[in-house]
Amino acid sequence: MSAQKLFFAGSGGQGIILMGQMVTYAAMFENKQTTYYPSYGPEMRGGTANCTVIVSDREVSSPLIYEADCLIAMNLPSLIKFESLVKPGGVMLLNSSIITQKATRDDIRVFYVPTIDIARELGSPRSANMVMLGAAVRATEVVKQETIERVMREKAFTGKKAETIPANIKAFEYFKI
Amino acid sequence: MKPVFTYTKGMVRTDTSYCPGCTHGIAHRLITETLEEMGMLGKAIGVAPIGCAVQAHKFMNVDMCESAHGRAPAVASGVRRVHPDKIVFTYQGDGDLASIGTAEIVHAAARGEKFTTFFINNCIYGMTGGQMAPTTLLGQRSTTSQDGRKKEQAGSPIRVSEMLATLEGAVYIERVSLASPAHIRNAKKAVRRAFEIQQTGAGFTFVEFLSTCPTNWGVTPPDAMKWLIDNMLPYYPLGVYREPTSEEVAS
Amino acid sequence: MSAQSANEKVLLKGNEAFAEAAIRGGLRFYFGYPITPQSEIPEYMSRELPRRGGVFLQAESELGAINMAYGAGAAGGAVFISSSSPGIALMQEGMSFLCSAEVPLVALNVSRGGPGIGGIQPGQADYFQVTRGGGNGDYKIPVFAPASIQEAIDLIYEAAELAETWRNPIMIFSDGIMGQMMEPVTLPEQRPFTESDKIRSAKPWAITGYGDDDAQKNVVKSLRMQPDELEAHVEKLFAKYARAEKELARVETIGIEDADVVFVAFGTVARITREAIDILAERGIKAGLIRPISLWPFPYDEFDKIGARTRVVISAELSMGQMLEDVKIGVGKRLPTRLIHRTGGMIPTSLELADSAEKIYKEAIQ
Repeated sequence: MSAQKLFFAGSGGQGIILMGQMVTYAAMFENKQTTYYPSYGPEMRGGTANCTVIVSDREVSSPLIYEADCLIAMNLPSLIKFESLVKPGGVMLLNSSIITQKATRDDIRVFYVPTIDIARELGSPRSANMVMLGAAVRATEVVKQETIERVMREKAFTGKKAETIPANIKAFEYFKI
Repeated sequence: MKPVFTYTKGMVRTDTSYCPGCTHGIAHRLITETLEEMGMLGKAIGVAPIGCAVQAHKFMNVDMCESAHGRAPAVASGVRRVHPDKIVFTYQGDGDLASIGTAEIVHAAARGEKFTTFFINNCIYGMTGGQMAPTTLLGQRSTTSQDGRKKEQAGSPIRVSEMLATLEGAVYIERVSLASPAHIRNAKKAVRRAFEIQQTGAGFTFVEFLSTCPTNWGVTPPDAMKWLIDNMLPYYPLGVYREPTSEEVAS
Repeated sequence: MSAQSANEKVLLKGNEAFAEAAIRGGLRFYFGYPITPQSEIPEYMSRELPRRGGVFLQAESELGAINMAYGAGAAGGAVFISSSSPGIALMQEGMSFLCSAEVPLVALNVSRGGPGIGGIQPGQADYFQVTRGGGNGDYKIPVFAPASIQEAIDLIYEAAELAETWRNPIMIFSDGIMGQMMEPVTLPEQRPFTESDKIRSAKPWAITGYGDDDAQKNVVKSLRMQPDELEAHVEKLFAKYARAEKELARVETIGIEDADVVFVAFGTVARITREAIDILAERGIKAGLIRPISLWPFPYDEFDKIGARTRVVISAELSMGQMLEDVKIGVGKRLPTRLIHRTGGMIPTSLELADSAEKIYKEAIQ
């Protein structure tokens, strides 16, 4: 299949929506077809947050998914709830700074990413989601790494947030080849 | 010979659909005659209500539209947004304005909408056949309060002018009466004042006309005038309830 | 995210794209009341319209909003409103009124589940409400159901013209999925807003204040007390609707000439169905799709193109078989019809759709 379906899950405040939108922007910059669909828990803050991103060479049919090529789980409830969503041969990235449990699936590739520890080590604890995004982009090659950096500059961190770009790029590049 | 009276251009030369002795015709003429005197007939846009005056556009010689029950203030808010330099008014009865349209009139007044509402209060639903209105007086008989309105069952009549005067956006509110020539002369001054204040852009303007409904009250036209004076004036005192401040008019 | 220049690809959330398309379509006036899942639209309008020479007004209720829209439309303004299912229900009084008074309007329903307050998740159970005339009396409103954000933008932009041409409200029927999802889109050029003093010449029927004393006054109305007069008016409206049925029917079809099963689906469900068609193909079942873009007029004629191989026609919808009634009219007695539905805010996956369709197909060929 020419389409990659990514599912980002975690809790509000973990930058789930931002990660999803950055991949969507990057896909757009690369002239790919893409859709982004957010699903939220009922609470505005602190509830569960997740979103679906599809990147494809041809027109995206359903913006909703029943299986994912890649699950990015930022907390334990997301692992428990969505592990089964990953299709055989797919990828799962776990935020192992928070999730101490191991994956139960053995038919998928699993990466344990200590996002918070790495971000702390880099001196920017708030960039944990960029560490994860870097890992996810490397593992899936859904978009090019440099396109994400362009998204940071042109869309994600504009205005006052521009000063966070160096730290965020550093976090994102932690897993750069 | 110099004419002592000419028919206003503001009224279409046709018979109205109102009952004999009804004061709608007087209110219509006061409004349109004032617009003519101000040279504003061609700049006016009116909004007719549901009720006896639903076809006011047949009699008033200005651009007009109908509106659904109670919604005239919302409709006029829309009209006014498109034509901020025109004179806009609604013409509404007490069922339309004080019952089904309370949300619309309250919020138009609260927003300080720059149009004028003329409110015909005759203490009864006219067109639908004499049912109890929010303004029906305690003890007053209607087809839905056949033993007289009872406070414990239907509450007390709403004094709309006093209620709206609590809202900052309503800058001019006056209650007038159409029960005597002197009252009518005063009423016309209020109409003019409302239009003039509207033109300053100060805010929402409102004139309540105490009116008669001889048909549904079941009295003759002269007795209706007397009934208004005896029964309505004590509960609905005439007067100016809100006058714009000099800052409001200037701004 | 702010608006961009034309022809550049931008990533927009559905609700913001709808609002931007309306502004660019020249719809200068917006009246709205907050309701989930479309509150981003009044928020966007409150920010953008005043900056760009338009007017935003938050109404006291949906009743207020539709009647402000009627007033502004009667006065010759180009008006856009939006709401969601229960709010659209409140607006039906005005819809009926606008149709009778022949006042243009573009209305958007970002629909959710019902009945009653229902829920805030996506639904299509307003199908009857929007296609059958949710208000009183004999009237019709053309309804377009986009399946992508780009199509929604294009339809809203075009609806701004259609509303004027037909002097009738035009409804865009979207759902909460489209309102919340994001897709890269290209935005059309900004059409100029019509200045107030140019309205009378462009719309000689509008109430604008007639100017000179000798000019004829205009009246915008819906009351006709004489039955014969009202009948003649309704007949005139229906002559217009008869033309609209011919000229406004829109449909997209995929492979219905030689399909084993034909789906009928609109909006987001049509996109899910496209994926289900791919899944069915892997299972050796050839499925086609009729995607009505106009829900009224419904593209009944398209059903004549279903080929001899087809064994069953399936209406896939987020309601309990509301569109199925139109599907049955379209199919006639030629073929059996079936329903695949979810409701209440539940959305079928493409896999569920494919599984259900496969079961239905196997029953049909037994």
